[in-house]
Amino acid sequence: MSTQSATIQLTAKDYGSNQEVRWCPGCGDYSILAQVKKVLANLGAIRENTVFVSGIGCSSRFPYYMNTYGFHSIHGRAPGVATGIKLTRPELDVWVMTGDGDGLSIGGNHLLHTIRRNVGIKILLFNNRIYGLTKGQYSPTSPFGKKTKSTPMGSVDYPLHPLSVAIGAEATFVARAIDVNTKHLEYVLERAAKHKGTSFVEIYQNCTIFNDLAFEYASGKETKDETTVYLEHGKPLIFGKERNKGIRLHGMDPEIVTLGGNIKEDDLLFHDEKQAEPSLAYLLSRMHYPDFPEPLGVFRCVERPTYEEMVMGQVSDAVKTKGPGRLEDLYDDGETWVVN
Amino acid sequence: MVVSTEPADTRKKPLSIIEREELTVRFAGDSGDGMQLVGMQMTNTTAMFGNDVSTFPDYPAEIRAPAGTLAGVSGYQLNFGAHKLRTAGDRVNALIAMNPAALKANIADLETGGILVVNEDAFNKTNLAKAGYTENPLEDNSLSRYQLFRVPVDKLNAEACAESGLTGRATARCKNFYALGLCYWLFGRSIEATERWIKDKFGGKPAVADANLRALRAGYYFGETAEMFPARYLVAPAKIATGRYRKVTGNEAVAMGLVTAALLAKKPLFYGSYPITPASEILHELSKHKNFDVRTFQAEDEIAAMTSVVGAAFAGAFAVTGTSGPGMALKQEGIGLAIIAELPMVIVNVQRGGPSTGLPTKTEQADLHQAVWGRNGEAPLCVLAAATPADCFAIVLEAFRIAVEFMTPVIVLTDGYLANGAEPWMIPDTAKLPKFTIKHPTEPDGEEHRFLPYKRDGRLVRQWAVPGTPGLEHRIGGLEKRDVTGEVCYDPHNHHHMICTRRKKIDNIAETIPPLGVLGEPSGDLLVLGWGSTYGPITTAVERCRAKGMSVSCAHLRYIDPMPKNTGEVLSRFRTVLIPEMNLGQLLAHIRAAFLIDAIGLSKVQGKPFMIQEIESKIEEILNHHNGRKS
Ligand SMILES: Cc1ncc(C[n+]2csc(CCOP(=O)(O)OP(=O)(O)O)c2C)c(N)n1
Ligand code: SF4
Ligand SMILES: [Mg+2]
Repeated sequence: MSTQSATIQLTAKDYGSNQEVRWCPGCGDYSILAQVKKVLANLGAIRENTVFVSGIGCSSRFPYYMNTYGFHSIHGRAPGVATGIKLTRPELDVWVMTGDGDGLSIGGNHLLHTIRRNVGIKILLFNNRIYGLTKGQYSPTSPFGKKTKSTPMGSVDYPLHPLSVAIGAEATFVARAIDVNTKHLEYVLERAAKHKGTSFVEIYQNCTIFNDLAFEYASGKETKDETTVYLEHGKPLIFGKERNKGIRLHGMDPEIVTLGGNIKEDDLLFHDEKQAEPSLAYLLSRMHYPDFPEPLGVFRCVERPTYEEMVMGQVSDAVKTKGPGRLEDLYDDGETWVVN
Repeated sequence: MVVSTEPADTRKKPLSIIEREELTVRFAGDSGDGMQLVGMQMTNTTAMFGNDVSTFPDYPAEIRAPAGTLAGVSGYQLNFGAHKLRTAGDRVNALIAMNPAALKANIADLETGGILVVNEDAFNKTNLAKAGYTENPLEDNSLSRYQLFRVPVDKLNAEACAESGLTGRATARCKNFYALGLCYWLFGRSIEATERWIKDKFGGKPAVADANLRALRAGYYFGETAEMFPARYLVAPAKIATGRYRKVTGNEAVAMGLVTAALLAKKPLFYGSYPITPASEILHELSKHKNFDVRTFQAEDEIAAMTSVVGAAFAGAFAVTGTSGPGMALKQEGIGLAIIAELPMVIVNVQRGGPSTGLPTKTEQADLHQAVWGRNGEAPLCVLAAATPADCFAIVLEAFRIAVEFMTPVIVLTDGYLANGAEPWMIPDTAKLPKFTIKHPTEPDGEEHRFLPYKRDGRLVRQWAVPGTPGLEHRIGGLEKRDVTGEVCYDPHNHHHMICTRRKKIDNIAETIPPLGVLGEPSGDLLVLGWGSTYGPITTAVERCRAKGMSVSCAHLRYIDPMPKNTGEVLSRFRTVLIPEMNLGQLLAHIRAAFLIDAIGLSKVQGKPFMIQEIESKIEEILNHHNGRKS
């Protein structure tokens, strides 16, 4: 990413615009906004080279609050807009802000294909498991049976899991964080910002108005140590208040074990975010509350040439082999004749 | 007239040469028979000879419909003349039918007394049955109205290719060149250019090149030696403007226009598109020209194609998308975003038969309303329509000029007929092409060093500030914005003001476009008004009627929205305005609404262009009616 020269060090505040932030009090989006600004400051991002693109939803108001370039586009289509920007100006740092409805319902197709192409953009999916802006209908990530305005008898849609989708779409960077753990969110966003290629981050985000406490299990003081497990590259999966529980592989399936006795750390599943095959990352993405603690952190981070690099590579190869285009050559393609 | 059965020496008559002002030839065969290819070869050759040429390829939607069936018939019609041509011809003078289905599907268009060359080897039981013939039409006298020539193409072609070293199946594929060779002889054309093309095309496969060359030459020599044909037909070169020419289809002309505009403006060309007939060739063509800094993006659908173009325009590229009807429908929400964001871009709609999937490979003009009115809200943009295949080049340059000069999306309407039809195009002198100077702001222009993204100039145009420029950081989007500052704004008066401003800005484009010209008297009984590809048949029909002494003029709209400023005035000078369209009266409705005149429509929605004759008769009918009323 492009970074500021050392002389003009901007603070997190400098990345914010003068617009009044209009999310509901207590909304998880505030935390995400704060951490994004912090990360930009940490990395010394150049304001004019940074572009925030969004679709429609509460989350998608994000670009207005940044003092960078921004494009609040239409519902579900931010990845398309971002791809066009990136293919025109590959040197820009492009972020896509999307929601569970924006990114996985109406915009599901674009999300898949953008990730598959490995376009060098950072996608943050604010997952509140509800449609916030349209006042509380269930979303593709709402749990089965969820009662909402449009499902008074409970939803009969099976939900999908954003990270499983991203991994299935060949994502090179996949991570999850939660709004209330600001330190960890900052860490994950910084990792996402530094990744070359598509970074996909699911952020558990509390909607205080229409789906309050949806992530209480993962954020509550009493429960969070038992219901989440933090991923660290090269380290075993250990969790619990006493840090005495771990995840072990039993054949192809994960299982929860208690450390001590004949079970040692070495028996546990060790995280490897760099595995070429995404099977481990996928397995982790399938661990759900209440059966398992839900992993937070970087699931997968591998290198692969980016889409814009390859598109521009073909342009420069063509210039190398054919020379810079001349209109005379363009018109003279094929048979020509002269009328006297 | 079947002469092939007569003994050779009894029919040794001197060959006559018949001079024609204009000839229309149609090749017809299975979609796998390579009819499009030989049609294009003959087009090149006749154009290089100096004739004016206009073509009409007609092919089925199925890539390989069952061989020998009517559904699989592919045709290529070319009209070449010793004078300026504007259509591919109404009546076919010579039909080359490679099998019974091709005969059945096309015979109705052949003029009485016309030349009919058939591949008699293909008229076997199976093929006759597939085409729905109970009797062999070659035997039952049903073709006696035509000059029938039965040529055993399969057999002769196989003999010609015997020594090429290819297998029987592969040699059978050369029979289109056999037929072409025969036509070159029949119409007095040299086989040289096609020989060159074959050598070049199949350079890597010498056996294939050899077989095709043998077939081509054998076809030609057959014409010369078989003494089957009593005459050859010659069309003298046309008097056309001096210069260097090449053949272009509408799609090629669009692609060249786009590359040209981007290069002249020193901009990368971004083309985001999703494949769709008949627009895909634009994507194919552009992806060959990456050395012009062309960046093509085959998106996952038209919605992504459109929004990528919006992103590319925001980032400062010459951003373009191309599609056809169903894709256009998908793009509309994205186009609305481009309108409210006020970003420059070009959207090419190569219209095809609708609604829905409709007639994918056939032509139609039924997307005018979709172009002008197709979006939610008051969403005005500029709409242009190309008149001929070569005009596609000029119209794309004009679209780009308007897009960047007025910060607006511009829709360019072409259609299947223009896209695939070809005509000679005079290669422009690059020094005489228009200049585009595009200015991006570099400094904030508001108080306290603020940048005001929706501050406008006298013509209501805002500035094009691109990401990467320090100090101009700003946010835009689909929500209504306050004029000047661009901040989100729900104020009712501001909304009304912005709605009117966006419309007024589009109207201001009319100050920069040429007035509507009239062919014929500037006032009178009847004006035929056209738009898009009806230009050819309308103009020719009007010229013919005028030659017969009728009082009729015509005018052609290349600018649909806004229209030239004098449009209403031009129309008002005629007693009757006739608007022929390949739809149920879309320009008609537009004209009636805008100028409150009682214009008359002439509709043809058959997936086929108008015949000159159809418009001529309508003109005559109207004028007769006028005269009847006068007397
Ligand atoms: C084409 C279109 N359809 C529907 C809508 C209405 N709409 C706006 S936001 C939204 C759902 C947003 O949900 P999500 O992406 O989860 O965002 P959140 O508000 O929860 O952050 C819907 C259905 C729209 N703006 N555009
Ligand atoms: S509705 Fe929910 S998601 Fe939207 S701003 Fe309010 S709290 Fe946040
Ligand atoms: Mg949501």
